[in-house]
Amino acid sequence: MSATAPTAAPGQETSPGRGSLSAETGPARAWRWLREHAVNIVAILVVIYLLVPIVVIFVFSFNNPAGRYNFTWVGFTLQHWSHPFSNSELTEAMLTSIKLALLATVVSTIIGTMMAIALVRHKFVGRRIANFLIVIPMATPEVVMGASLLSFFLILGTPALGFETLLIAHVMFCISFVVVVVRSRLIGFDRSLEEAAKDLGAGPFTTFRLITFPLILPGIFGAAMLAFALSIDDFVISNFNSGTTVTFPLYIFGAAQRGIPVEVYVVAMILFFATVLAMGFATWQQRRAERMTSIRPEQESDIVLPGIA
Amino acid sequence: MVAAIRRRVPAYFLLAPGTLWLIIFFVIPLYFMGKLSLDTEIPGTLHYHFTWEWSNYKEALELYDTQFFRSFEYAGIATVLCLVIGYPLAYVIAFKAGRWRNLMLFAVVAPFFTTYLVRTLAWETILSDESPVTEFLHTIGLAPGGHILATGFAVIAGITYNFLPFMILPLYASLERIDVRVLEASKDLYASASSTFWKVTLPLSLPGVVAGTLLTFIPAVGDYVNAEFLGGVNNRMIGNVIQSLYLTQSDYSAAAALSFVLMAVIMIVVFIYIRFAGSEALMGQEAT
Repeated sequence: MSATAPTAAPGQETSPGRGSLSAETGPARAWRWLREHAVNIVAILVVIYLLVPIVVIFVFSFNNPAGRYNFTWVGFTLQHWSHPFSNSELTEAMLTSIKLALLATVVSTIIGTMMAIALVRHKFVGRRIANFLIVIPMATPEVVMGASLLSFFLILGTPALGFETLLIAHVMFCISFVVVVVRSRLIGFDRSLEEAAKDLGAGPFTTFRLITFPLILPGIFGAAMLAFALSIDDFVISNFNSGTTVTFPLYIFGAAQRGIPVEVYVVAMILFFATVLAMGFATWQQRRAERMTSIRPEQESDIVLPGIA
Repeated sequence: MVAAIRRRVPAYFLLAPGTLWLIIFFVIPLYFMGKLSLDTEIPGTLHYHFTWEWSNYKEALELYDTQFFRSFEYAGIATVLCLVIGYPLAYVIAFKAGRWRNLMLFAVVAPFFTTYLVRTLAWETILSDESPVTEFLHTIGLAPGGHILATGFAVIAGITYNFLPFMILPLYASLERIDVRVLEASKDLYASASSTFWKVTLPLSLPGVVAGTLLTFIPAVGDYVNAEFLGGVNNRMIGNVIQSLYLTQSDYSAAAALSFVLMAVIMIVVFIYIRFAGSEALMGQEAT
């Protein structure tokens, strides 16, 4: 990458004496090149490792499997891509997942943002406890959360397991992540802008509407995307609290025993491309917003990283 | 005084919905599960009453201790693998990637965009008996008998893959924060590349290592999707046990006891680990 850069990147060895280069034999030079680029090579291999399963999913979405199992390559067909929603069970599960994820995102983003604002902007008794309450769900394995919620619903006997209990569970595990993402945006926030608005006679609501909200919007948007991704992908907690409602991951788990229809791979790829587009759009929006205000709150990276604050 | 209270009211108003949601649907359920784990079943009725039945714990642990230890073993190995695999990539993204940085970060999060279960299924394909990967590993002697699926190796491979981004992202975040001038200073003082790494870069990135290992280890211990899809009967983890006790065998007390022990052991491990590794790394970020 920066192979020819004379100001060698940190960690990269500067050659002890360029003059000796010509005296080096072929194997020695190759060895030195390898040593200098070892980290880069490993990194590229890891990138390949990360992407291989995605390529496999893509390739096998064009497969024409002989039996019920889509594990070995048989032949190329466009059949599944031309009718991705022919499997009504799968389509219904997907729609349930989308509906659930949208609702869980809206609810958790609203109450999570409120919590984040309270935690960053206000001093109050019980702040530490509130912080603790937010960290603990992220440090609890999903099985434990799913199992405890199921115990709760079983003992109460109400509501009956189904869409409502799924929604309750999804909002529950999304809140913490929303708080963490929005909070990191609020922390790197230039408060003098709000003071300026107040000095110019704006009331607290006007200030919030015209200054605070637009500036933390990218954070809220990132949090909402993360919540949506967590919800639509959740299997473990849903498996405990779904009753007879079937979401996309639950459908796959159920179908895994009988053999996965190829459409699952197609739908997964459609989901993948849709997410990539949404990410691209979000990144573009965020950059545009930053260029317009030319205010750069502490910025870790240009990509909205899930779970990293 | 009144003004002070008035100032606090909006804080509690903002806080209330989220706090209540977490208390009602996270804390109270844990309490219910704790209670359930000490209940006795009224025979044949699926009804329970509270009896301080500590033997639930003893029996559950005696029956499922293998799966319990296996979960920690698999999760531990996978976490170490994630660190070893993830560190070089995080390092390159932070210091060397240049204009490739965003593309490489995209590659790190890309697996998240495919459904968890589907990418685990993809590994089922990759590691199946007919796949070239299996054949290759068989040839170099790493896959005795030509099978990888339904072995611990497959389960660990799956866990490693699925949780790798959780390791790379915090590693990257802490490496990226390092002031490059510190590394240059080390070089100016004639430190070799490797001693710069071991004495400067690595210690400065420790917060990322701590956060990454925790973010990988905790979900990995409780995971049962990988064991379900990639493992066999001999690779079941504690998550599989809890899941089947709850959902198919309806042995709620034993399942609740196991969940509780799992949570307690994880808390203890995390606590010791943070003590050992230095807490300011993790808590410094959280306490704000």
